[in-house]
Amino acid sequence: MGILEVKNVNKRFGGLQALGDVNLSVQDQTVHAIIGPNGAGKSTLLNVLVGKLVPDTGSVMFDGQSVLGRKPFEINQMGISRVFQTPEIFGDLSVIENMMIPIFARRDGAFRLHAIEHTENEKEIIEQAEHMLESLNMADARHDHSAAMSRGNKRRLEIGMCLAQNPRLLLLDEPTAGMARADTNATIDLLKQIKEERDITIAIIEHDMHVVFSLAERITVLAQGTPLVEDTPDNIKGHPKVREAYLGESA
Amino acid sequence: MLGLNKKDTTLLIIVAIMALFAPFILNPFPEGSSMAQMFNAGYPDLMQRFVIFGILVIGFNILFGLTGYLSFGHAAFLGIGSYSAVWMFKLIGMNVIPAILLSMVVSGVFALLIGYVSLRRSGIYFSILTLAFAQMCYNLAYSVLGNPASSYNLTNGETGLQLSLNDPRILGGAVSSEGSLPVTNFFGIAMRDSVQLEIGSWLFTFNAGYYLCAFIMLISFYVSIRIFRSPFGLMLRAVKSNQQRMNYTGLNTKPYTLAAFVISGIYAGLAGGLLSSMDPLAGAERMHWTASGEIVIMAILGGVGTLIGPIVGAGFNEYFKNILSKINDSVLHQWLSFMPDGLEDAIVGVLHFFVGKGWHLSLGVLFMVVIIFLPGGLVEGGQRISRLFRRKKTDDDADKASHSTPAE
Repeated sequence: MGILEVKNVNKRFGGLQALGDVNLSVQDQTVHAIIGPNGAGKSTLLNVLVGKLVPDTGSVMFDGQSVLGRKPFEINQMGISRVFQTPEIFGDLSVIENMMIPIFARRDGAFRLHAIEHTENEKEIIEQAEHMLESLNMADARHDHSAAMSRGNKRRLEIGMCLAQNPRLLLLDEPTAGMARADTNATIDLLKQIKEERDITIAIIEHDMHVVFSLAERITVLAQGTPLVEDTPDNIKGHPKVREAYLGESA
Repeated sequence: MLGLNKKDTTLLIIVAIMALFAPFILNPFPEGSSMAQMFNAGYPDLMQRFVIFGILVIGFNILFGLTGYLSFGHAAFLGIGSYSAVWMFKLIGMNVIPAILLSMVVSGVFALLIGYVSLRRSGIYFSILTLAFAQMCYNLAYSVLGNPASSYNLTNGETGLQLSLNDPRILGGAVSSEGSLPVTNFFGIAMRDSVQLEIGSWLFTFNAGYYLCAFIMLISFYVSIRIFRSPFGLMLRAVKSNQQRMNYTGLNTKPYTLAAFVISGIYAGLAGGLLSSMDPLAGAERMHWTASGEIVIMAILGGVGTLIGPIVGAGFNEYFKNILSKINDSVLHQWLSFMPDGLEDAIVGVLHFFVGKGWHLSLGVLFMVVIIFLPGGLVEGGQRISRLFRRKKTDDDADKASHSTPAE
């Protein structure tokens, strides 16, 4: 029994079967990659996992509890954090403020009206945020305007913001899309480091095979909304069905 | 001091000093001169409007400046506050404190209801919903609940809600000692009482009502600084910055935005209550959608999301509205009398459309100029000027220290 169990999930957009009988089991504390050609249903699947889309049929269980019908913030509270394809950070705020928000959210739950308390007095929160920035090697940038950072650093900050909540499952949607080679490698190293340091499960949707084969322990190949195969990276590399799915699409 | 850092304390003290000495600052010209007629603003009615609209826009800025939710119906809360206060004067007594408290409570309740529904949508749809609610309130006040013949006459329709000699006023003082309508007071100090001070040919007026409003404005300003600097304020700014990320950060944003909406509605109700306390009369036109638009304009004029911007914007708007509507053709002729007659008539003919009853036109042009050249409002203008001076100073310092820091 995996930490994330997807069973017989179907999702239809009009005449398009975006997901057809998807079964997926992500084992606790592994790095599981979901790959597939364009239009394979990867993003739809991810949106089902985080509560943005509700599937037509099927079930999605996280740690024994159903995520279906819950709002994104409730799913996040269950322990699933999401990293977006384009880094979603609070661009108007400074780096340290960006980092403080998920820590506040974790401490206060859904709502606490501390309108008269001064943020400067939240020593514990600031300390945790600075500690997190240090582990990301971003301590020097703490007062920088976050919108002005490079894409690689925004991604680094976004991953850090997710980790600050101590999630059990980290979902990444093409984390290196549109990145320079150096930034891509830095992101891979960061994810490897996270894997070593934390008891965390990582599910990653990715196009870049370099990233997939550097990180993944299990790989699921999606094609036309259905899982084709699920196996270890070594077995996937030479799998004829995978080649067909990819080459067939590009040919 | 008071839980603020040094910079915010300085700002609060500056605003306090400005408010305290406003009767001097706003009366720079000697009494009786033609300049005083036009440009002096140190009379009670206008000074009261400065601080009351300051409170209104400070509250509006807590919603719009922090969360980015543009409410187009804030005048509804202003009107609701006004009516509540007048009812308090009619039923309870002429002390302003119960009136102000009731106007805050009632507008807070309305804000909770309207906010709960409107905040289900964001962006333009939110604005339209608030506009719709405000127009509903306006129409209720103007006709449905204002029919003098019906038994539900809450607002007295287009005449407006007024005091009358037959009002119960259960705390006494239904009729003043002279047999006329009693006046609003703060524990015996009448709101319209003024002390005048003559220095040379200058005349300064210190009005009790103004100082009460100014004091309440300072408290409101202080509370707004606290909210801006609090974790709650940080969450609101995060909602404005990226609602998407906020939703995936385990935080339900709805209670935060609703709280901001209610706080801002209470501010507007307080402003309405104060308007009625200064002049116990409430009309439906205060709730009209153009009044809501004016609040938005004042906020943008001053600088959205800044602390001092709302006060600057409200003051600027009220001051120019007042001056421009006072200028008429004969004043223009007087000013331009040095020109040849034909040219003078031509220029006056053009300017005619921008002054007097045409003050909207000039204020519109001023608003456009500010938006185009200073998108951050008048506060941004101030910042640019101070940065200009500071840069010169740091350049000098850098030369002296013979090393320079890289430019940002």
